[in-house]
Amino acid sequence: MIWAVALALGIVITAGTYLALARDLLRCLIGLALIGNGVNLLLFTTGRLHSDVPPIIGASATTLVVAANPLPQALVLTAIVISFALLCFSLVLAVRLIQSAGSDDVERLRSAEPPAGDAIKPALEEAP
Amino acid sequence: MMLAISPLLVPLATALLCTLTLSSPRLQRSVSLGGALALLVCALALLGRVLRLGIISVAVGNWPLPFGIEFSVDRLGVSLVLMAALMLTVTLVWQYSDADAAPASPVLHPLLHGLVAGAGGAFLTADLFNLYVWFEVALICALGLLVQGGALRQLDATLKYFALNLFGTLLLLAAVALLHAATGHLNFTALGEAAARTDTAVMLPLIGMLLLAFLVKAAAFPFFAWLPASYHALPAPVVALFSALLGKIGICALIRTLSGIFPPAPAPLLTMLGWIALLSMLTGVLGAAYHWDMRRILAFHSISQVGYMLLAIALASRAGDAAAILFALHHSLVKAGLFLSAAVIFRQAGHYDLRRIGGLYAARPGLAAIFLLFALALVGIPPLSGFWGKYLIVRASIVQGEYLWAGVALLVGGLTFYSMMKIWLEAFWKPHPDRSWQPPAASRLGPAYGGLGVLALVALWMGFFPEQLMVFVADAATSLHGGAP
Repeated sequence: MIWAVALALGIVITAGTYLALARDLLRCLIGLALIGNGVNLLLFTTGRLHSDVPPIIGASATTLVVAANPLPQALVLTAIVISFALLCFSLVLAVRLIQSAGSDDVERLRSAEPPAGDAIKPALEEAP
Repeated sequence: MMLAISPLLVPLATALLCTLTLSSPRLQRSVSLGGALALLVCALALLGRVLRLGIISVAVGNWPLPFGIEFSVDRLGVSLVLMAALMLTVTLVWQYSDADAAPASPVLHPLLHGLVAGAGGAFLTADLFNLYVWFEVALICALGLLVQGGALRQLDATLKYFALNLFGTLLLLAAVALLHAATGHLNFTALGEAAARTDTAVMLPLIGMLLLAFLVKAAAFPFFAWLPASYHALPAPVVALFSALLGKIGICALIRTLSGIFPPAPAPLLTMLGWIALLSMLTGVLGAAYHWDMRRILAFHSISQVGYMLLAIALASRAGDAAAILFALHHSLVKAGLFLSAAVIFRQAGHYDLRRIGGLYAARPGLAAIFLLFALALVGIPPLSGFWGKYLIVRASIVQGEYLWAGVALLVGGLTFYSMMKIWLEAFWKPHPDRSWQPPAASRLGPAYGGLGVLALVALWMGFFPEQLMVFVADAATSLHGGAP
């Protein structure tokens, strides 16, 4: 079971990295979201994968041995909520950006940092 | 108990109150300023208590340690919180002036307080996952502040900030997950004890991953691209707050990780950190030499100054940590002062680009003096505040035999002097390129000069009376390393 999850995690992170490096803005953001979900999956699996054993430490033991640790499951809930909020924000940002720039090519979105023209002095900008 | 977590409660409560008063901008402004002053008072009270009693530790939710979420207020955390409160107050006072103020948007004040709450949480928490949560709180508020205005330039800057910082926090979350898997703990103290029992070959990549995440947040070479792409799109008060808080979150987390949780830090990582520090210092200062827009010059200097702090942290000694903390406090103050003086220059001369302005020395000699004070403090001319920070760093490097590091630190100081003098000569000394230019007769700059004056006074105090501060940062470093100050 853990190997299937590890394989899935590898595939998700790989696909996410591939998409995040794309020139298309939406693909780039979806790639980042996929990496985020891959990391969430990683966090989830750190507490072992057992769904049928209750997480109760027996009277004679001091640590949880077989059952899944519930702490990472609680942590991953927080992480999922945060990554969902950031995904929503990034999609709205992308739509606004594509509307105002008229392009979804990441290479052409250079209004915050104009490409270097002159090697000695940067070009004069009109806006203060 | 309540006082220890007041740096979180006060800004969060103020953010909530500011949201409730959305419909009345005047009331919202007053509530916001009141909240900032309350935070300042709480931070001062907390500082007094930490100086008297030492580290104050609070485990939230009545769970015993190491299971409860712990907030541990030590000298490092409380001094950074105090700096954050001071900068927030100056920022809000600045909003009353007309020198490049942030647009009067109803969500501005809740976001500002949210950012300070996120930073305060990151400075004080003693729990790794909780640190991640505060990083995210600060990130989402910073994103909200960046998109204020909604022009293409701001949206583009937000995207660049978002992509790189999200990658950094994901790296942090992955490191948190793997560290929890390897040690079974998240609390800093328990994590450190468990890490000492774990194989170094397991811990090295995990600590390295944590370090990379913090380096992205601190804007170190080669992860700094988000900083020069976004800072110049911000209005002056917000960029002053950003430069005082955002990088420091990463720096504070780095100091805690390397000196507090995992001492002694693995040697390969410290060597790597030292080289990253040198390259940050050099690339930052050379990038600044290329630019002519004041905000871009100052943004690149932030990268170079982060290099100094990383250098001090890479020394991995008490003297190094003390130097890093002193430098972080000095840098927050002086860099914010420089960004704010640049905004007043912009208001007077009409542009941020140095090639389009000039002649301000004759028109506004007071402004020239204030700018020169901050510029020389950044360079580290004695007896201003930057001198003591750089003196401690160079001295600690030489004592530990790192002559190359000390040499580069001094060389970068010289280059910093060059680009600060470039701003001063171009903006103040040379005549204005437009012969018919007159400084604006009517402007509401009183609050702006008030804020600058407060920052200048604190910087002068740090410069002329450094003894108390030196003892304070030495005690802070000692308590980080587990000793009693």
